[in-house]
Amino acid sequence: MTTKAKYEIRPLDCWQWGKELRMEAYRELTSGHERGKLLVLGCAASPYGLLAGLGDFVFLAGEPYGASVAADPPASIPAMEAYEARGYARDMCGYMRNFLGSMYLDKYYFTGGPFPKFDFIWSIRHCPAGHPKWHHLVSEYQGIPMTYIDDETWLTPDGDPQHRIEYVAGQYLESIEWMEKVTGRTYDDEKAIEAMRNYFHNEALWGEICLLNSAIPAPLDIKSYFALMPIPMLRRHEAVATQFLETLRDELKDRIANHIAAVPNERYRMCMMTPPPWSFLKIFRYLENFGVVFVGTYVYLINSGEVKFLFDEGKVIPAVAPEERPGWPQMKTREDLCRTIARWRAEHPFQSHMETRKKEMVILDKHWNAHGWLLLLNRGCVVMVAPMYDIQRHFQKHGIPVAMFEGNFADCRDMDETGVIDRLEAFLEGQGIQKLPEA
Amino acid sequence: MNAIEKLQEVVARRHEYAKEWKNRTNGKVIGWFCTYSPVEIMYAAGMLPVRILGSHEVQDVTDRYLFPTLCPFSRDALAQGLKGRYDYLDVLTYARTCVHIQGTFECWRINIPTPFFHYVWFPNHVDSSQAMPCLVAEFVDFIQTLEKATGKSISQGALDRAIDLYNRNRRLMKQIYDLRKGENPPITGAECMEMVVASQLMGVEEHNKLLEELLEELPNRDLGRETGLRLMMIGSEMDDIVFVRMLEELGCTVVIDEHCTGSRYFWDEVLPEENRLAAIAKRYLDRWQCPAVAESFKNRFDRIIKHALDWNVQGALIYQQKFCDPHEFDTPHLQKMFKEHDIPTLTLEFDVTIPFGQFRTRIEAFLEMAGLEVF
Ligand code: SF4
Ligand code: SF4
Repeated sequence: MTTKAKYEIRPLDCWQWGKELRMEAYRELTSGHERGKLLVLGCAASPYGLLAGLGDFVFLAGEPYGASVAADPPASIPAMEAYEARGYARDMCGYMRNFLGSMYLDKYYFTGGPFPKFDFIWSIRHCPAGHPKWHHLVSEYQGIPMTYIDDETWLTPDGDPQHRIEYVAGQYLESIEWMEKVTGRTYDDEKAIEAMRNYFHNEALWGEICLLNSAIPAPLDIKSYFALMPIPMLRRHEAVATQFLETLRDELKDRIANHIAAVPNERYRMCMMTPPPWSFLKIFRYLENFGVVFVGTYVYLINSGEVKFLFDEGKVIPAVAPEERPGWPQMKTREDLCRTIARWRAEHPFQSHMETRKKEMVILDKHWNAHGWLLLLNRGCVVMVAPMYDIQRHFQKHGIPVAMFEGNFADCRDMDETGVIDRLEAFLEGQGIQKLPEA
Repeated sequence: MNAIEKLQEVVARRHEYAKEWKNRTNGKVIGWFCTYSPVEIMYAAGMLPVRILGSHEVQDVTDRYLFPTLCPFSRDALAQGLKGRYDYLDVLTYARTCVHIQGTFECWRINIPTPFFHYVWFPNHVDSSQAMPCLVAEFVDFIQTLEKATGKSISQGALDRAIDLYNRNRRLMKQIYDLRKGENPPITGAECMEMVVASQLMGVEEHNKLLEELLEELPNRDLGRETGLRLMMIGSEMDDIVFVRMLEELGCTVVIDEHCTGSRYFWDEVLPEENRLAAIAKRYLDRWQCPAVAESFKNRFDRIIKHALDWNVQGALIYQQKFCDPHEFDTPHLQKMFKEHDIPTLTLEFDVTIPFGQFRTRIEAFLEMAGLEVF
C-alpha cells in the first residue's frame, strides 16, 4: 500500500538565488583581499555590521564554518585529527575543532585552497567555554591581532543590568579605536550605522521567517532552513540580504496561502532546541517517512534572528529594529550606535536567563503548533548541554513530549546513528506514529 | 593538637565547623563557588564564607541534573547540595567564570532550597578599562543582597577590617609557601593544600591565628622524609588531598602549586585605595588569572614559570578535571613551556574518584624518568 500525499510540495523559487548568496559569502573569503576588503574572524552572534565603519569587509563566523566542515566527514575527520595531533583534547567544542584543524591543514573547506589569512579577529565572547581561547589560538598561529567584547550579559535575576550595558557599550567603543589602530583606517560612523540598521532589520526578518513555520502544513523544511541560514548568519549587514529575505518571506506567505508544504505527509511537528548533528542531517529526511516535519530550532531563531516574546499573553511576534522601538533613540553617533547595540544585545532573547528561556520555549511550542521536541545531549558543546535535563523536566511539566539522544553535533566519530534512529523510532511509536507505507 | 592537625580537622569536619560557627556566633553562612567570589565583602557582612567543594565519593545523584560532560568537580559540588550537606547555607553565590560551575549554580538555584542566591556577574574582559566600574556596580548589588540576608548594613570600617584580615591571611600563607623553597621543606604539599582549603572554609581570623602558630612550629619541624623530586602541581580545581598524599609517598614533594585551592587563590592582595570596592575590584581583575577568565596565556604562564624557577622545581604535574575546557586549552602550551625550560611534565585527567592504581604506575614511571635527569 502507498500513501497518497496530503499536501503539494514544490521547490522554493528563490532557492538558487539563496545558494548563490551563500557561496558568494564563502568565496569572498578567498578573493575579498584582492578587492581591498578586510577579512575578519569572529563568532556568529557578533554584531559585525560595526565593522563597516572601516570600509568593505568579509566576516567569517567560526561556528557555521565548523558546522560546514563537520557535515562532511571526509573533510572533518582529517581536520579533527590535525587538531588533536597538536595535543588538544577531543572533548572540546566541536565547531572549534573542525575550524582549527582546517586552519592547521591549511585547507579552506569551500575551495580546497589555502585557509584564509585574516586581518584581525574581532568578536563577542558569548561562549565562556571556548571563544576567547579559540580565537587566541588563531591569533597566535596567524600572527594577527585580536580583540573581543565580553557581552554575554545574561540578565540574571540578580542585580541591575544597567552597568553591564554600559560595560558592553564601552567595550564596543574601545574596540573601534583598537580597529582604527590595527588597520590604520579611519572609522566612518555613518557607514557603520547604516550597516547595523541592515543588520537589525535582517535579524527581525529572519525571526519573522522562522515564525511563519507555525502554519499547517509548514512551508519550510529544516534542511532548506539550514541551507539558507548562512545568509542571515553571515550577511545580515547587507542590503542584498534584505532583498533576499523579503523575497523568501513573501514566497513563504504565498506557500502558506496555497497550502504548499515542506513535507507532503506532515502529521507530526517537531522542534529542536539546538543545532543538529551536522554529519547526520539525513535523519530529518528519514523521519519524513513517518510524516514528521521539523518546524524550527530555538537556537537559530534567536541566533541569526530576533523575535519578541509577550510573556503575559503567551505569544511570540516578529521583532522590530531598535530605532523603531518606543523610547529607543535614533543612532546618530558611534556612541549612540554602541549603546544601542549593547542594550539591544542585553534585551535580546539570545541573552535570556534559563528561567526565561524555558518560558520562551513553551511559547514557541504553542506558536509552532508542535507535537514534540528533540533535545540533543551534545557532547561537543557544554553551553548547550548544561541545562538540558532541566529543560526536559520543564517540557514534561507542561505535557510536551521530549525525545532525547546523545551524540556530538560536530564530530561524526561520536555519533551512534543506528542507536539514534532506534531511539527516535521508539519515541514516535510511543506517540502513535508509525512509518508511512511507501509514498 | 598542632596547627597542622587543627587545619586538617577543619577540612575533615567542614560542615560541623560551619554549623558550630553558626551556633556560636548567631551569624549567617554564605556558600561560594569559584575564587572570583569576593570573600572580603562576605566577611565584612559578618558572614562565614564557605567554598562549596566536592567530597570525592562515588555518587549518582547528579545524573538527573547535569550531563556527564560537565566537569566532575561541578557535578561533585552539586551532589553535596543535593544530598543536603549544605543545608545550613543562608546565601549561595557564584562569580561568573566557568560555564561548568555556572551550570551547578543555576541547577542549585532551581532544585535546592536556599534562602538567598546571588550571581556576581564578573566582567571577564579584565583588561578592558570598562571592567572596573562594572565590577564595582556588581559589588554594590551583591552588598544589597547580603544586607537583606543579614539585616545589617556593611560599614566602611567592616570593609577595611576584612581587607586587612584577608591581606594578612594571604601574606601569612605566602610566608609558609616561601619556606618550601628550601632544600628540605618543613611542610608537605598535601599539608599545604589542607592549609589553603581550610582558608576557604573557616573564619579568616581563626585561620590567621593557626597560620601564626604554624609559622612558629615549622622552622623546628623535621618531616623525617626525603624530599625527593621537587614537583609543581598545576591545573584546574583540586582538593583531593588523599591523592596528593599518595603522590608524595612515591618519592617526591609538591613544593609549589598553581591551582585554585593553592597559590592562584590567595596570591594577590587588595591594594588600599580610597574607594574600598574599587580596591577589591582591582584585586580580582588583576589577580593571577584562571584560564576560564584570561583570554590569553600570558598572565598565567609568566607567573607559572617564574614560580617553577623560584621554587627550583624538577618536574611538573599538569592535571585537569575531565572536560575542563579552560584548562584543556592551556595544557599543550604548558607542556611546551616547561619543555623549553627542561622541566619534565606529566599530564593527568581527574574524575570525581581517581584510578589510584593506574595513576600510581604512571607517576612512578614519571618520577623515575625525571629523577634520572635530575639526580
Ligand atoms: S556555544 Fe558551544 S558550539 Fe558555540 S562555541 Fe561554545 S562550545 Fe562551541
Ligand atoms: S575551570 Fe575547570 S575545574 Fe573549574 S569549574 Fe570550570 S571546568 Fe570545572
